[in-house]
Amino acid sequence: MDGKTSGVIRCESLWKIYGPDPGGIFRKHDGAPSDEALKESGHIAAVNNISLEISRGEMLVVMGLSGSGKSTLVRCLSRLVESTAGRVEMDGQDLFALDEKELIELWRHKMGMVFQHFALLPHKTVLENVAFPLQMQGITPDVRRAKALEMIELVGLSGRENYFPRELSGGQQQRVGIARSLAVDPGIWFLDEPFSALDPLIRREMQDEFLRLQEMLKKSIVFITHDFDEALRLADRIAILYHGKVEQIGTPEEIVMNPATDYVARFTSEVPRARVLTVGSFVVAGEGDGVEPVAKDTPIASILRRIVLSPDARIPVVEDNGRHLGVIDRNALLDALFG
Amino acid sequence: MMLARPWLPDALLRPPAVLLLPFADWLNAFSDYLQNDLQLTIFTRAIADVVQFILDVVNNFLLGGRKGLGLPAVPWLTVAALAGLLGYFLGGTRLALLSGGTFTYLALFGQWKLAMQTLALVFVSAPAAVLIGLLLGIAAQRKRWLEVSIAPLLNIAQSLPHFSYLLPVVIFFGVGHHAGAIATIIFATPPMIRMTLLGLKRIQPEIIEAGRTSGCSPRQRLWLVEVPSARQEIMVGINQVIMQCLAMVVIASFIGAPGLGYKLLLLLQSLRIGDAIEIGVSIVLIAIMLDRLTLAWAYRVPEYHGDERFLVRHKYLLGAIALAAVSIAIAALEPYFYFIPRREGLSTGFLWDPIVDWITLNLFDPLQVFRHFVALYILIPVRDLYQWAPFSAVMLLYTGLGWCIGGRTCALLIFSFLGFIALSGWWDRAMITAYMITVAVSVCIVLGLTLGIWASRSPSRAKRALLLCDTFQTFPSFIYLIPVIMLFQVNDLSAIAAVTIYAMIPAVRYTIEGLRNVPVPLQEAVTSAGANRLQRLVQLELPLALPHIMVGINQTVMFSLFMVVIAAFIGTQDLGQEMMRALSFNDLGKGLVLGFCVAFLGLTIDQLVSHWERRRKRELGLAE
Ligand SMILES: Nc1ncnc2c1ncn2[C@@H]1O[C@H](COP(=O)(O)OP(=O)(O)OP(=O)(O)O)[C@@H](O)[C@H]1O
Ligand SMILES: [Mg+2]
Repeated sequence: MDGKTSGVIRCESLWKIYGPDPGGIFRKHDGAPSDEALKESGHIAAVNNISLEISRGEMLVVMGLSGSGKSTLVRCLSRLVESTAGRVEMDGQDLFALDEKELIELWRHKMGMVFQHFALLPHKTVLENVAFPLQMQGITPDVRRAKALEMIELVGLSGRENYFPRELSGGQQQRVGIARSLAVDPGIWFLDEPFSALDPLIRREMQDEFLRLQEMLKKSIVFITHDFDEALRLADRIAILYHGKVEQIGTPEEIVMNPATDYVARFTSEVPRARVLTVGSFVVAGEGDGVEPVAKDTPIASILRRIVLSPDARIPVVEDNGRHLGVIDRNALLDALFG
Repeated sequence: MMLARPWLPDALLRPPAVLLLPFADWLNAFSDYLQNDLQLTIFTRAIADVVQFILDVVNNFLLGGRKGLGLPAVPWLTVAALAGLLGYFLGGTRLALLSGGTFTYLALFGQWKLAMQTLALVFVSAPAAVLIGLLLGIAAQRKRWLEVSIAPLLNIAQSLPHFSYLLPVVIFFGVGHHAGAIATIIFATPPMIRMTLLGLKRIQPEIIEAGRTSGCSPRQRLWLVEVPSARQEIMVGINQVIMQCLAMVVIASFIGAPGLGYKLLLLLQSLRIGDAIEIGVSIVLIAIMLDRLTLAWAYRVPEYHGDERFLVRHKYLLGAIALAAVSIAIAALEPYFYFIPRREGLSTGFLWDPIVDWITLNLFDPLQVFRHFVALYILIPVRDLYQWAPFSAVMLLYTGLGWCIGGRTCALLIFSFLGFIALSGWWDRAMITAYMITVAVSVCIVLGLTLGIWASRSPSRAKRALLLCDTFQTFPSFIYLIPVIMLFQVNDLSAIAAVTIYAMIPAVRYTIEGLRNVPVPLQEAVTSAGANRLQRLVQLELPLALPHIMVGINQTVMFSLFMVVIAAFIGTQDLGQEMMRALSFNDLGKGLVLGFCVAFLGLTIDQLVSHWERRRKRELGLAE
């Protein structure tokens, strides 16, 4: 992938305040209004002093209950809404310093976005919808048609390129949304609850599809969801939002095993441990006894059967490159699960 | 205060003369200033010339003649054939029959010329109104201040009677053809602004964001994303514009716009009812056709034809060319298919005249009795009551009502509306208008609710009744004078009857809609609680539907105000009659002040009803 699509996002002390006079209240409290001060004056901090970084090819899943500020956060990161304060960098470029023209250029080349309710243009066919971002750039019809067809094939909608959105199911519409957001080959991909409007079976199918795509494309992704299950399946890291603040950010395992706050602990209490914990957390020194080795980031759910069925086996653990690390610590593992 | 009337000082009974403000003189002075000092007339006459030229071209196209481009007219056969094809394209066989049939009727009955004059005005005004409305709507959506300042203007514009638009146009643009077009454009633009604004506001924010993240420039976003996404509302706006244009073109006959309306006016003035009915049928047919065609166009969904063969893909275009060629050839061979003058046309007069004669002969006496009875026991007492009530008491009453229902701003608005009327010096006339409206609206409510409840009892009946309401509503209001004059000749009662017929439509419609929209689970709950049909209606459906019904009654009031002014044409003594007089004397100030008086009467009721309705909906948890 070339330079223009490298895709690193950083934000520092990002604020988005809604209310009668966001800028005023922010300055009045020297850039750090307390929750009480905001509430008293009738303001809401939808994004409250958030700093985070997404590295190239990483998928950050932003989680939180309704109203916690997830959508506002991505809209600040993509500058769809103007933030109250803070700084967002995209590949080292200061996003808030761009004028309107530069911003449009940025949207044209660097970012793709997928929306909860698909947001397809009802008067355009699938093909035209997918080609729309290319059309905006003034690319010739032949070229954009070829590129759009390629995208449609990628999301598995070949044969329906001349349908209108109203003739497609929800899952298919979202495939179109995904294809459209990928048409310009952006380095950064924002997805705001892309699968929430779909029913559970389709959602599952779309997640698999999405993982397959990400495997191929390796975009930097900010993915929003309020479904923990979805977060676990997809995330490299998870950020948990509560009232506009990041309560904790880390790998699924860190969040479940070491919740930073009570809120996170309650939030994650129902999560089945076996799905989050990986073998790597339960390694002790020692040699295996000749059984097949497992990789260190295998979730323990998938080897639980082996452990339970052969209680005496010493199962070796290896790194991604095959280097031997040790063997599974059965007791610690069972303690973590049931203790 | 009513009881204390005998002891009240005179100044509280009638607005005292010293207090009257010469609004009309001010307006006249202002218009003189615009015309003479600012030389605005140069500008306006230039616009008039442009409009006149465009009209000439369209007229030339439809009717031939030396003006415009000087081309021969298109044969009626061609117009009818193409209209039929358009109907088929938009809505299948039935619409094809309607549109082709309408033009054939117009031609065969020798009304081609009049109808084409009317249609030419519509074809010129409607696109202009659509364009202006669209642009203003877009601008209002972009600029908050524009929206805020345009909203009250739109409200007033919607409650100003048609006539108020005519006078300023006459003053600034002269009389005749082009004046009719300009008045129509001004009159028909507000609904387009409204619908455009509504459509743009209703777009899902996500769609706009999708446009932005796709890299649209602001202009691309507007024309490629927002306007197409608001297509439905915009198209409904176009439908409304066309219907308003037709209604206004008919009324613009008062300032010399030629066509069906002008003819109808002459016929009604000379009480030639049979011929008037014939013209009325033409107007009604045109109205229905235009309405159905534009609605079909509005609700059309896009279809994909990209991979069909050339011939199939362009079948309608090719068909149109073929039809045009064939029909022009036929018309060239046989002049009957080119143009049918009035004397050679068929006439239904022989049918209508006996009916009208029969009615005058046999129904005159019973109707006379009825008329006397109504006048003696209802009209005159109500009228006297309105004239007798001290103006201060009326103002106090309504302001107080406003305070109770809508709070301070509402009370203040009502006070200033009524205050304007009192200070303008037209209080007595306004009370006559108010009395006619009161009677008409009361009848509308009783009849409308009854009809509405009856129609809403079965789904299929409700559907048919709504369709009928739709159809009746498309008729230009002028039409409703025909049957009324036929039955009652010319007096207060006939004016009230005309108003009642016209204004009942919204009462019926909203009653049906309100009753049909009561949530099914609630109906089931009440039925399972053992309520019979009557109990269910009284206990559940009517209370829940009442806010919606009130919206209908609000519209009934507005409709009746419009109609009462038009009915002035058949002789009443209210504001409308004065307005006609102002029109014939080109008295701009007076005409406008009268227009505002009518509008403010309407807006007073509107304030009360809409506040009540909103509050009630909130209480019932029905608000959006
Ligand atoms: N335009 C706005 N004006 C005022 N307040 C807003 C606006 N947009 C969002 N908010 C407030 O900001 C907070 C965060 O909203 P946001 O839409 O980001 O939440 P969310 O986490 O995406 O919720 P959901 O899961 O429902 O989508 C909410 O309290 C919301 O009321
Ligand atoms: Mg959201």
